[in-house]
Amino acid sequence: MQNHISDLYNQVINEHRKYPRNKGLIEGYKTLHLKNPSCGDDVTIQVNVKDNVIVDVRHDGTGCVICCSSASVMSEVLMGKTVEEANEIIDDFYELIKGNMPEDEDRLEDAIVYVNIHNFPPRAKCATLAWRAAGALLLGDEGEQEDE
Amino acid sequence: MDKLLDVKKDFPVLKYHPELAYLDTGATALKPNCVIDKMNEYYNNYGVNVNRGVYQLSYQATLEYEETRTVTAKFLNAKEKEIVFTKGASNGLNMVALGYGRYLLQEGDEIITSELEHHSNVLPWMEIAKENKCILKYVDLDSTGRITVEAFRKVLSPKTKVVALTYVSNVMGYITPIKEIIALAHEVGAIVVVDAAQAVPHMKIDVKALDCDFLAFSAHKMMGPTGFGILYGKYKHLKQMHPIEFGGDMIDIVEKFDAIPKDPPFKFETGTPPVAEAIAFKAAIEYIESIGYENIHAHEQALLAYAREKLKDIPGITIYNPTAETAIITFNINKAHPHDAATIFDEHHVALRAGHHCAQLITKWLECVATLRACIYIYNDYQDIDQFVEAVKEAAAYFEEW
Repeated sequence: MQNHISDLYNQVINEHRKYPRNKGLIEGYKTLHLKNPSCGDDVTIQVNVKDNVIVDVRHDGTGCVICCSSASVMSEVLMGKTVEEANEIIDDFYELIKGNMPEDEDRLEDAIVYVNIHNFPPRAKCATLAWRAAGALLLGDEGEQEDE
Repeated sequence: MDKLLDVKKDFPVLKYHPELAYLDTGATALKPNCVIDKMNEYYNNYGVNVNRGVYQLSYQATLEYEETRTVTAKFLNAKEKEIVFTKGASNGLNMVALGYGRYLLQEGDEIITSELEHHSNVLPWMEIAKENKCILKYVDLDSTGRITVEAFRKVLSPKTKVVALTYVSNVMGYITPIKEIIALAHEVGAIVVVDAAQAVPHMKIDVKALDCDFLAFSAHKMMGPTGFGILYGKYKHLKQMHPIEFGGDMIDIVEKFDAIPKDPPFKFETGTPPVAEAIAFKAAIEYIESIGYENIHAHEQALLAYAREKLKDIPGITIYNPTAETAIITFNINKAHPHDAATIFDEHHVALRAGHHCAQLITKWLECVATLRACIYIYNDYQDIDQFVEAVKEAAAYFEEW
């Protein structure tokens, strides 16, 4: 199958690129800075959890369209979820990126737009960078990390 | 259009991928049949260890292996004993900093390098500068990003002990006026370490004429095997240089509390080496010599001029090195992050590099997060450039509309 660039950059991704949601950091939140040194993608993610519920997700950074839009989409998807739900959604997202449709695809909400990434394997890292930072934050990691 | 070399047929990867426009030679060059065949010859015909066995096959393997030293010495106009086999340019440059610089440099001594360097010619010296309390100085680049003799004079001082510079920048494609710099450095008694990884695929190097103290490069960027490289060093320096690895083969006599290493170059070569790679490297040298650097240069320049002419009318792109002497085009699609652009190139089967090219300092100097880099080499043709230019046009137009 011939992949085309428009399969990758669809309307939702473009919307989030132009008008990122929940962008900008808030002092006092648990913060993780993650970067992919080979291409320069560089994101900082914050997750604020109260009574086991994610009440805020913030992001900031620089990088390609896939990386930045994915951070924005993620911030909306994870907002209001319990920590357990969020972890499951993050796992579903990793599966989606590998080309495996999760059982409950509705749960991914707008993140489903990255369904075609598996046809562009070099871009999988771009799509998952923010999600890995959020996943690590929910596990209790904080600070600086370099993606491998 | 100028007539080009006709060598595409020598490269099996291009036969296997006829659609591919390979413009990532700066990362690694493709290998011709003669190099691959030579590697297979070793594994098929006499695949035993070198420098050890007293049987016939080991002797044959050792002869083939050592012949590479002879061929390399002639190639560089050096003596055989000045040719150290390494794992690659990074390994060779580290050997000089950690095995020579570390013992030579005193507190307050100065090391000169530049923002054009590949990480492997800056980071080892940064490390030694911290360890020995030396001062790391950077040559000011001119407005185009070049190292000039004038700028070098400004940072050179009687305290300068080491000058570590690239011969050809892997991002900008500029040729450093290294011969003049070496002469000036020697006037103050400094040694000069040349990173020739991006030079040796494209231009003749004569270490005697340059009078450099050390010079390192990798085999794989000049169509040889991966995991192998050369460090040239003046013999008087090699005698002073300490090994950074110890073990089998590099040692002469071992007692319980002391050991005497072999003479250079062997004291720097421990463990079983990449034998097939070393043997096949001479096939890469012979291949380059059979084509001739003049013809390589003419081919690259013809394609570079053709590409520049076609790119100049495309709106929405920035070329950072429009005056480079070697055939590297470093650019960006103005409205696209290089990784987004790279996906369009991939769709067009154009292989090029997107990122900081292991040279973050020059990427920062350019005030970019990353750049795209297209490198032209002997197996490229006009069709490859057309394919590349089409991809540039599509990427620029696609992201322009966003």
